[in-house]
Amino acid sequence: MAFDKMELRDIEVWDGNFAAAQALRQCQIDVVAAYPITPSTPIVEGYAKFLADNYIEGEFVMVESEHAAMSGCIGAAAAGGRVATATSSQGFALMVETLYQASGMRLPIVLNVVNRALASPLNVNGDHSDMYLGRDSGWIQIDAYCPQDAYDLNFIAFRVSEDHDIRLPAMVHQDGFMTSHTAQGVTTISDDAAYNFVGDYKPMNDMLDFEHPVTHGVQTEEDWHFEHKARQHNDLMTKVLPKIEEVFKDFEKLSGRRYNIVEEYETKDADVCVVCLGSSVETAREVAGEMREKGIKAGVVGIRVIRPFPFAQIRDALKDIKAIAALDRSSPNGAPGMLFNEIAGSLFNTDTKALLSGYVYGLGGRDLTKAQLVDLFTELQANVDAGKVTTPLQQFIGVRGPKLSYL
Amino acid sequence: MSEMKKIKNLKEFSTSADRFEGANLLCPGCAHSIIVREVLNATNDDLVLSASTGCLEVCTAVYPYTSWDASWIHIGFENGSTAVAGAEAMYKALKRKGRLKQPERNPKFVSFAGDGASYDIGFQWISGCMERGHNMMHIVLDNEVYANTGGQRSSSTPIGASATTSPAGRVSYGEKRNKKDMVSIMASHHIPYSAQVSPNKWKDMVKKIQHGFAVDGPVFINAASPCTTEWKFDPKDTMTIADLATDSLVFPLYEIIDGKELNITYRPKNIVPVEDYLAAQGRFKHLFKDEYKYLIKEWQERIDDNWAYLQRREEARV
Ligand SMILES: Cc1ncc(C[n+]2csc(CCOP(=O)(O)OP(=O)(O)O)c2C)c(N)n1
Ligand code: SF4
Repeated sequence: MAFDKMELRDIEVWDGNFAAAQALRQCQIDVVAAYPITPSTPIVEGYAKFLADNYIEGEFVMVESEHAAMSGCIGAAAAGGRVATATSSQGFALMVETLYQASGMRLPIVLNVVNRALASPLNVNGDHSDMYLGRDSGWIQIDAYCPQDAYDLNFIAFRVSEDHDIRLPAMVHQDGFMTSHTAQGVTTISDDAAYNFVGDYKPMNDMLDFEHPVTHGVQTEEDWHFEHKARQHNDLMTKVLPKIEEVFKDFEKLSGRRYNIVEEYETKDADVCVVCLGSSVETAREVAGEMREKGIKAGVVGIRVIRPFPFAQIRDALKDIKAIAALDRSSPNGAPGMLFNEIAGSLFNTDTKALLSGYVYGLGGRDLTKAQLVDLFTELQANVDAGKVTTPLQQFIGVRGPKLSYL
Repeated sequence: MSEMKKIKNLKEFSTSADRFEGANLLCPGCAHSIIVREVLNATNDDLVLSASTGCLEVCTAVYPYTSWDASWIHIGFENGSTAVAGAEAMYKALKRKGRLKQPERNPKFVSFAGDGASYDIGFQWISGCMERGHNMMHIVLDNEVYANTGGQRSSSTPIGASATTSPAGRVSYGEKRNKKDMVSIMASHHIPYSAQVSPNKWKDMVKKIQHGFAVDGPVFINAASPCTTEWKFDPKDTMTIADLATDSLVFPLYEIIDGKELNITYRPKNIVPVEDYLAAQGRFKHLFKDEYKYLIKEWQERIDDNWAYLQRREEARV
């Protein structure tokens, strides 16, 4: 029985979860193995419903935990077909062991991570704690700022992940509730055009090719482990960003929508700049626009690709900025924020004289308000005027009680 | 229907393992390799195999070598079963879509795991696989101990065995709890077939494996796997120990069909006392001190009781 095509309007009103589910349908995923967790559940529910309604021909394996979900995805990917799943927060944390296994075995899998805080205390809302927890796991990590991105970036993730030169799993991140449950107009791609963009799955070293049996997941010790890990890292560092750039270009040809590894907003002549991720990028852009009307030359750098971290593009985007704020939506637990560290690492050994400070905001779903961003840009301008960082290196935005700042 | 492999005699059997090499790093006399060979010998069908972290895994796929001439995967300690379940799901998906490279092939999906990987840490994953009805077989290489990490207890370690985390000592006789009854637990998932096998009874094993491959749905097999290193016996005695295990009824051979019908598949002509089985292994040496002799008596009572219970279940067909 052949599956049915779905007629989509040019613009549909979808939230980020449904947009991602639609992308999985259009990519005709062969196997989804999944376990529910808020706020990502509707993605795999969507896949299950599409299957129930004959819009897909794949297999849905409703496993008993997230660790099993990724284990099933690994087995399915090694067998040789298109694989995806979704998770958040505690589910992501439970998956961590398997994330390393998937990337170490060079298996293409797409994981939609709807970002959410990590317990304790238990919290179902959005922050980037889970995203940061996975940052060394060897996955490609791409970030969506809105439902449109959540839809588009899934196609891009499959193209990059399944490329035989790359063969690394990829995460598509979006902000829990802020993106996953906020409905917006999403410009669609027809089923045929979307599938043609990702293309047929081309297996490599697949376990279901019985003429060429393969051994996956070998043991290596000090004699080979380093070489394998170094090669994996090398491929991430040298091959992935050029590939993403190429796929972004192809996607622009298909859709007219342009994505960039680093999304710059008004940075060319900016004095002060905010670097952030996720749904805050859109808020920061709006506030930067308003700051410009007040005479502060504000810009925003949105990170689109978190892993591999785009050092060169960041350097380029920030080279003439005078004061920079790195915004981290995760409790750094004993260090400057992840983004702060990455930005600092990118700018070190360059000619920049930029003043860099770090801000922690929005934990557990707390809003980042425009007023807070106005204050932040103002503070950056004050740093520029003083020629030094006048505030502590690390501050918390919008937390009740005494002001928290360090270093 | 799977293709049964016709094997007439032991010589032919022992030389026909073409998909698992003798070249591996398992200890001399290790029963793991014998069991694997017997399982692979039961079919000519293509195989998709997994091994959980443990002796079998670390000894047979050390880069840049592999002992496996069949599709094989290792992910982690607990999730080998689910890797096979994922591969089986992919097989179904690609078959439906007409995308299999060799659509005429009829692969069998098998996960191998130790007792630690099955009774303990991997328990949830296996239960999930059984409950969901994947067309796969999970085989436990039951050496009653975490051998790969140096002999710690598992929930399959029997009472009185000395293991590194339940050592016999001046005031302890070693493991305090009785072995978990995994075959019953797995049969209670109402899977079409579960069975207990032992490498010394290779015809019985092959019959059960072939039965398992022929049914549609999940199959659970618990295989007695004497471990020279942790059970402490001479490598040449593996089959003697296995004989003692089955003939003392420490390790009775039976099958459970559809979670209900229990058949005993081997009735020793001469049942040997458990004392003989225990005396042959270093891990039980301390039980022969006067103060622990009562434990040997209790062992015997437990075995007799279990044998009576198995026979009652067989008769009652429950
Ligand atoms: C998550 C995790 N915990 C612990 C280990 C360490 N570990 C590896 S193998 C093993 C014991 C294996 O025992 P068993 O499953 O009985 O197999 P055997 O080696 O006895 O054949 C342990 C504890 C691990 N690899 N992964
Ligand atoms: S320790 Fe035991 S199970 Fe492990 S390889 Fe040696 S004999 Fe086999």
